[in-house]
Amino acid sequence: MPAPWQGILKKIDDYRWEIPTSYKVGMSVSGLIYASEAMLDHIWQDQVFQQVANVAFLPGIVDHSLAMPDIHWGYGFPIGGVAATRVKDGVVSPGGVGFDINCGVRLLRTNLTKKEVRPKIEQLIAELYVNIPSGLGSEGKIRVSEKELNEVLIKGSRWALEKGYGEAEDIVATEESGCLKGANPDKVSSKAKKRGIPQLGTLGSGNHFLEVEVVDEIYDRDAAKAMGIDDIGQVLILIHTGSRGFGHEVCSDYVRLLGEAVKRYGISLPDRQLACAPVNSPEGQDYLQAMACAANYAWTNRQCITHWTRESLVKVFGKSQRELGLEQIYDVCHNIAKIEEYPIDGKKQRLCVHRKGATRAFPAGHPDVPDVYRDIGQPVLIPGDMGRGSYVAVGTETAMKETFGSTCHGAGRVQSRAAAKRSLRGADVVKELAAKGITVKAGSMGSLAEEASEAYKDVTEVVEVTHKAGLSRKVARATPIGVIKG
Amino acid sequence: MAKEFEIVDHTADVGIRAYGASINQAFANAAKALFSLITELDNVDEVVYRDIELVAPDQESLLVEWLNELIYIFDAENIIFKRFNITQLNNTRLKARSYGEKVDSSKHKLKIGVKAATYHMLKVDKTNGCQVQVLFDI
Repeated sequence: MPAPWQGILKKIDDYRWEIPTSYKVGMSVSGLIYASEAMLDHIWQDQVFQQVANVAFLPGIVDHSLAMPDIHWGYGFPIGGVAATRVKDGVVSPGGVGFDINCGVRLLRTNLTKKEVRPKIEQLIAELYVNIPSGLGSEGKIRVSEKELNEVLIKGSRWALEKGYGEAEDIVATEESGCLKGANPDKVSSKAKKRGIPQLGTLGSGNHFLEVEVVDEIYDRDAAKAMGIDDIGQVLILIHTGSRGFGHEVCSDYVRLLGEAVKRYGISLPDRQLACAPVNSPEGQDYLQAMACAANYAWTNRQCITHWTRESLVKVFGKSQRELGLEQIYDVCHNIAKIEEYPIDGKKQRLCVHRKGATRAFPAGHPDVPDVYRDIGQPVLIPGDMGRGSYVAVGTETAMKETFGSTCHGAGRVQSRAAAKRSLRGADVVKELAAKGITVKAGSMGSLAEEASEAYKDVTEVVEVTHKAGLSRKVARATPIGVIKG
Repeated sequence: MAKEFEIVDHTADVGIRAYGASINQAFANAAKALFSLITELDNVDEVVYRDIELVAPDQESLLVEWLNELIYIFDAENIIFKRFNITQLNNTRLKARSYGEKVDSSKHKLKIGVKAATYHMLKVDKTNGCQVQVLFDI
């Protein structure tokens, strides 16, 4: 029997599949899915084609509505979607960024080896769990006034640095140096600020986590070396969190406001969650200024958590930060809209690049890549699920040419949360992970079952596709030995 | 007792479908479904209440805003609601008093966080009793 998507998708090569504009009336560009043939069956079951096609309705969208191999069914935009719109006559859509604005990943290196950490892993995880507020309803250790919060929103990571959380080098090794320009706290509702104040410096719940992992494969020695990844067995720390309730409220506020704007500008959309406004309209600009605030909140959040992570390691191993070599490799965001320049029809154009569950992947030599990585390309951090580890890669020229400098962001769900919970219990997940040598501490056993490996595509498959399609190049892989989750 | 609500499966997030003899009841049951995702409501007492008044361009938007307002209060004030008395509800306006309790970690086990109600898969159907559907970002 032919696969259900045959006759709909046009095969370009083994990793590129086109959804032609004839698929749905109203698409102004075609869709382009990066996937292996084996992955398409899952993608097909998941209404993702519809969502990729719906994004192609957005006014001013250029080239393709893009889908990374970790694509899955979202709300409005698919998760793992990339869409670039012209600044001069295109739109910006808060749904194309998502509720967790600047959800992202930060990777730290250490001089520690698995051999040194293994005997102390229980103690380390317990210490991290105490030191880093996590879980639903948890409150941060930082208390800011509304006035101070406004500074966080404008300065991002730099605010944290000024308060003593972190090192100047951390900021260099952060996308946008941890501060998206144009942030304007006046464009943020008081409700968003009320949600944001108590949650600053918290990991959160759901799929957010902090992971102690061990390098088990190195694919590109030179690039790894530039990142301070020297050998198999070296311990790394991965932090995955975002802008918490602050970002959620900014998104809710602007989906509502732009839902109104859609009518004023006479834009017709197939899904209300795609609400948008022209990039250059007052509504579009207001959203971008508020979104930048949320992005800066998230970077501050990850910066503070980095500081407490270092404190925990120093305490448990009784060595200084310098002796432990606790340096930041990089920090990337995977839910964001940014104004970037790309050649379109031979002319440089300013575009609003929406990355929703997608990572920026700039190549070697790009001016936005920090000097230390100028020769290898921007580090791309791709977390997997709790049991299967994560990848470090670098950006490429192909990504610049094809995907507006973007690649995948993670494993991508294949099983619903409810289904995962029905088939697994949190306690069993802990046992199973323990059998693999992974220590877990989670706020909720239910949330643990929802995030179990079985609920996700294998991150290896996802990374293979982006590697073979040339969107990002594999550098190293690491697998977890300890995890804290909300 | 008639079914109040059910969970609708979705790969990344969680949808709910709520029922009621009246639209007020369906909206109240949708709110109950929301907080049932967050915790076991049997362990929640009615200790505090909050009044909500909303205006929206249509009833579907009103449903999203109603649920988002409750998520906001939960996040900002840590209150779990279990009973909802909707005193006014038409196409553009909602007035309600919601009863519940502040989160007490010794008593309430929190299950999952809900980021927001979305407009995706959103439905308000009054043809055969009342039925509403909404997808939450988890």
